[in-house]
Amino acid sequence: MSLSSYLIILLTFLVALMASIMPLPLSVDAFRPDWVLVVLLYWCLALPTRVNVITAWVMGFILDVLLGSTLGVHAGAMAISVYIVAGNFQKIRNFSVWQQAMIVGVLSALYHLIVFWLQRFLTDAIFLPSYLYPVLTTIVLWPWAFLLLRKIRRNFRIK
Amino acid sequence: MNSFESARGFLQSMVSPLQYLATAPKQMMNWAAENIVTRRQLIADNEQYKINELAFHEQALQLEIVKKENERLRALLASPLRGDAKKMVAEILSVDSDPYTHQVVINRGANDGVFEGQAVIDDDGIVGQVLHVGTTSSRVLLITDVTHAIPVRISRNGVRLIASGVGVIDSLTHNHVPHSTDIRVDDMLVTSGLGGKFPEGYPVAKVSSVVQNESHAFARIQSQPVAKIDRLRYVLLLWPEQDEAFASKNLVDAPVSEGKSE
Repeated sequence: MSLSSYLIILLTFLVALMASIMPLPLSVDAFRPDWVLVVLLYWCLALPTRVNVITAWVMGFILDVLLGSTLGVHAGAMAISVYIVAGNFQKIRNFSVWQQAMIVGVLSALYHLIVFWLQRFLTDAIFLPSYLYPVLTTIVLWPWAFLLLRKIRRNFRIK
Repeated sequence: MNSFESARGFLQSMVSPLQYLATAPKQMMNWAAENIVTRRQLIADNEQYKINELAFHEQALQLEIVKKENERLRALLASPLRGDAKKMVAEILSVDSDPYTHQVVINRGANDGVFEGQAVIDDDGIVGQVLHVGTTSSRVLLITDVTHAIPVRISRNGVRLIASGVGVIDSLTHNHVPHSTDIRVDDMLVTSGLGGKFPEGYPVAKVSSVVQNESHAFARIQSQPVAKIDRLRYVLLLWPEQDEAFASKNLVDAPVSEGKSE
């Protein structure tokens, strides 16, 4: 594992973080996919020794600072979702892309629900179905993100 | 707790390059939209501004006289004089925030002297207060956030209330208001200056509904913020008037010294 491959992984995370705070029109904003989670899940499936729960926690923490939420909310939710994948990566790797997309959808729903539960605990937020809209776009995003990131991984021979 | 706030400020400074980068495309679009305007549009705008300036100038003349008169009256009453507070314009960085909170990021930070808890207004009224300060950017908590409350008074009769956010962009609520309170729809609510966070007398909200149902313990009051919270672009940061705090201290001392001299 050379320095350049670390840099490329870091770069994909930076792009994902930026995409998750990029301003969007209000009508589309509720459908913003979980860019960071998708990138995390891909690297966790491909290189579980490099990217795992700790990376997920750190990325979630940065997201917390970027979004201005209570520190640890996204970090915890991200770490738990990635923990499930890190424990089952050998199974999930062998699924077809569409089956993987479904699993990613479930994980994304779990992530959003954990964030919601923590926010409810902190501020008595009430549940709106729109909190789960990103799950749909994340499912659609997964195959494309998977193919793109695999291309990047093979092209730069990141192992 | 305060030391942690500095840690949060440090984290805010660390991520601010990402925020500036994420907002760059939008800024570029804005820049283009501002630069690609027809000559006709510019001339029309210019004319409008000239007319506005004339009107404002006329009002300013009046204001000058009223201000002098007010100062004289205040001097007569031995009240502290009100100086002009230091202000600074800040631009909203359009970055996304947590959907569970109402916050915006502005392009001013500790380098510009921004401090935590500072009052933020737009051209219509109070917008919120500074929550976290980074070196080049800071985060503003809006008055409509569920965790925010602001002391206000009714400008018509001076009744004091607290305006709390409910997490809806166009609504504030007022808890624990007795049924007998003299409050009507369309009453203007201004900051009362109590609590020392917000300077006194800035408009906050307009009462939109009053339900005085005796079966409830308290009246149900809703109001609508006057600041255009959903379409902010530029905001003003206010610095507290130091000389006023000093003057009011003198005022407290005054009766004692008078007693001594007599």
